[in-house]
Amino acid sequence: MIRTPLRPLARILDARRKGENPDAIERENMHRRHEEMRGRARVQAEGRLLILGATFLMVFVLVGGRMALIAGSEPSEPRASAAGASIRAQRADILDRRGRILATNMETYSLYAQPPQMIDPGHAADRLAAIFPDLEREALIEKFTGKRKFLWIKRKISPEQRQAVHDIGDPGLLFGPREMRLYPNGALASHVLGGARFGREGVHAAEVVGVAGVEKKLDSMMRDPARGGEPVRLSLDLTVQAAVERVLAGGMTLMNAKGASAVVMDVQTGELVSIASLPDFDPNDRPGVSGGADSPLFNRAVQGVYELGSTFKIFAVAQAMDLGLITPESMIDTKGPLKWGKFLIRDFHDYGAEMTTSEVIVKSSNIGAARIAQQIGVERQQAFLRDLGLLDPVPLEIIEAGGSQPLLPHRWSELSAMTISYGHGLSVSPLHLATAYSIIANGGRQVRPTLLPHQGGPGGKRVMSRETSAAARRMLRRVVTDGTASFGEVSGYAVGGKTGTADKPDPQGGYYEDKTITTFASMFPADKPQYVLVVMLDEPVETTGPEPRRTAGWTAVPVAAEIIRRIAPLLGVRPEIEPAPLADITLTSSN
Amino acid sequence: MTEMVYGTVPVRDGEPVLPKWWRTIDKWSMSCVMILFAIGLLLGFAASPPLAAKNGFEPFHYVQRQALFGTVALMTMLILSMMRPDLVRRLAVIGFFCALAAVIGLPFFGTDFGKGAVRWYSLGFGSFQPSEFLKPGFIVVAAWLLAASQEINGPPGQRLSLMLAVGIAGMLAVQPDFGQAALILFGWSVMYFVAGAPIYLLVGIAGLTILASTLAYNHSEHFARRIDGFLSPDVDPTTQLGYATNAIREGGFFGVGVGEGEVKWSLPDAHTDFIIAVAAEEYGLILVLTVILLYAVIVVRSMVRLMRERDPFIRLAGTGLAAVFGVQAIVNMGVAVRLLPAKGMTLPFVSYGGSSLIAGGIAVGMLLAFTRSRPQGEIGDILRGGGRHR
Repeated sequence: MIRTPLRPLARILDARRKGENPDAIERENMHRRHEEMRGRARVQAEGRLLILGATFLMVFVLVGGRMALIAGSEPSEPRASAAGASIRAQRADILDRRGRILATNMETYSLYAQPPQMIDPGHAADRLAAIFPDLEREALIEKFTGKRKFLWIKRKISPEQRQAVHDIGDPGLLFGPREMRLYPNGALASHVLGGARFGREGVHAAEVVGVAGVEKKLDSMMRDPARGGEPVRLSLDLTVQAAVERVLAGGMTLMNAKGASAVVMDVQTGELVSIASLPDFDPNDRPGVSGGADSPLFNRAVQGVYELGSTFKIFAVAQAMDLGLITPESMIDTKGPLKWGKFLIRDFHDYGAEMTTSEVIVKSSNIGAARIAQQIGVERQQAFLRDLGLLDPVPLEIIEAGGSQPLLPHRWSELSAMTISYGHGLSVSPLHLATAYSIIANGGRQVRPTLLPHQGGPGGKRVMSRETSAAARRMLRRVVTDGTASFGEVSGYAVGGKTGTADKPDPQGGYYEDKTITTFASMFPADKPQYVLVVMLDEPVETTGPEPRRTAGWTAVPVAAEIIRRIAPLLGVRPEIEPAPLADITLTSSN
Repeated sequence: MTEMVYGTVPVRDGEPVLPKWWRTIDKWSMSCVMILFAIGLLLGFAASPPLAAKNGFEPFHYVQRQALFGTVALMTMLILSMMRPDLVRRLAVIGFFCALAAVIGLPFFGTDFGKGAVRWYSLGFGSFQPSEFLKPGFIVVAAWLLAASQEINGPPGQRLSLMLAVGIAGMLAVQPDFGQAALILFGWSVMYFVAGAPIYLLVGIAGLTILASTLAYNHSEHFARRIDGFLSPDVDPTTQLGYATNAIREGGFFGVGVGEGEVKWSLPDAHTDFIIAVAAEEYGLILVLTVILLYAVIVVRSMVRLMRERDPFIRLAGTGLAAVFGVQAIVNMGVAVRLLPAKGMTLPFVSYGGSSLIAGGIAVGMLLAFTRSRPQGEIGDILRGGGRHR
């Protein structure tokens, strides 16, 4: 033990004596120590690498063994039943507010072929062509005798067809279980429901995925296995929806319009009892994508943004009253035409030098509304319209709601404020309008339009005072009793509302002379409104008179009145048999 | 005289590069890599047309890309395998710092391609995942540090490399990419183990792990449920794992036949993370076992060759590269057979993916360069009586 450390020193002393350089020896010592260390480390590493290599080998064997185990376990697992269980009732039904079915699933089968297993391709092709007239015998034979080992023949077949194919008795013709989406009411509420199609598809099952409407928006919810197939209930009322669509379709034909839409909203909760857009389609057989704004797939009530004209006047008046700028009896300067820069604002008729605020609404004076908007100013107007929900897309539970972004003026100048006050320069959807009218109708609180019952409750942010709301409602009632909407009177239901007739903008610039969008935004009963109804007709012409009439009072209003006449009893709104006491008040204010 | 010879005359062994390379390279491992790549292309023909159809390309778009990237990767591998270890080390260190800079820059310039994790740079014609290139670079740098710490008066390489490993793993974890982070830590641990980790530390870590997981299992309901769910034999047939299990089962021993598989239409990751399921369904257990055998040959052969290696750096770097390569394959296949909980990891050389292929080529090229046979001082060992040679 003692000798080891001494020895190098001895060598160095020895070297010194001989006159050699001792550094070389020291280097050699260092090198030897290094080699020893390396040797030790190497011996240790050899062992550890052996362990490591063996471990890896074991894990590889384990993975391979497990693979073999799974690969060999085929017979013990009844796979078809497991897959079958997973596709049953995989998509939730859709019900209306009273539990009636709007969309459900039906079990059906797909038909596919495995040509290698076929016994007599010619015979099978003969019989198949007889069962399915759209299949061609020659094409089938070619496919059956070709190289393919698998091919789909039909995605959906009826039970009768399935039996007929079964009777061919060819083992190469096979069926895969499918669930198909069924809309038992056909085109009813088609724009809300949207439609569904097969998604990823296998032999044993296929996904059903929504392509539009609530089916797409709530797709993940309806397919969520955790909900256990619990149906999705909508706020729509099937009966009301049917009545609205029927009357609207009749009105559209009578008024020679090319499109129409209607929205019925509960003013307290924002629930949509009915929302319709015509022309519509059958979601069971959804047409291909085409046509833009005139396609039946286009939802005019939500996706269609239009300048809705004079229906906007009540917003300017309500805001000015709420700010205390005017009262219903204030005199408004309506001397026309109103000049603003190069721009002239005119009224339909000349209404004289001045009139009361109520008269501005009842007679629908553009100049009066523009004067009021001047008093309000741009910024306050923007804030108010935003509170009414008119500047943002509607948050409705259908996928198309994302496309309802209103079209705002590029620069919101004072002139924009004036034109917007009578509904030009700002394009919104009929659903936007219904939401804003609901706020006026319910006493001034915000509502969120929804298709799901009991989602939005009352008690949103207050936009205007209760008194302003009441005063605005009295004016709207007078529009029907002595204004532009006289065809809107439905006895017993005290309808109030505002008409709007807007020239359609020409895509080439400017406006069409002879194409209008007519709107009637109404609420009933006006003294204590429960529902708001907005009816919009696209390019209507009423031709019973000596000249064609295109104003809302002649087109949208009678349609809306007929809808109210039909749906008010269905909605449980009681008719007021006595003459409405409101008439007295309106008389005094019209001196 | 002595001094003139020492250091001034350029040392050149007379043997030309290619013959020497062919004589010393591990031909078995290299062949295995080539075969794996060929299998990957073959599976690409089966697995990628659904994806191509979905993205609107012609059916074999991804196979073509895979062939292109694969050629680049194999070339890289061959070139790297011809280099001397110190040249490889030099390049790897440079590459490591470039990749590190790229990973650090990810939060600022990277993109997530809508997948929720910022891991990629978007180049015009494709994407680039720097963490794939960081792995081999890190292994070499860490091996260098660990080897240097074994020298007399060496730097504190163990501590430095651990800090590096933890730092990089942290960066990867925030992307978040826990798979790559775990790989980095695993690579370091394996090298530390071979570099001579104290045995009491190993026993201590093993004990702590067992203790911690027992505690977690008994006290955390969430953790227990996940483990139970993973251990239970039933699997929901509509999950990715369910599809994979079904595919293996459908394939049986000899497969359902080329192009007949169904699973590739159901699995979104059929061409990457679950390619082994496609292989199992269409070609059966035979091909899967072949693939496993190929990986095992590469990993175990490399380790056996490294056992005789005298240079600690080469030994450590080679071990780290082989271990990470093998573990990636094991995790990928282990997920498909539910030996491991689901974790996205590619199957080296087989899965589709440009970054993963080329980085794999770099890693295997370096591994081949390190496992080339070279004189290991056997005679000196015998003379000194050291070593463990028969």
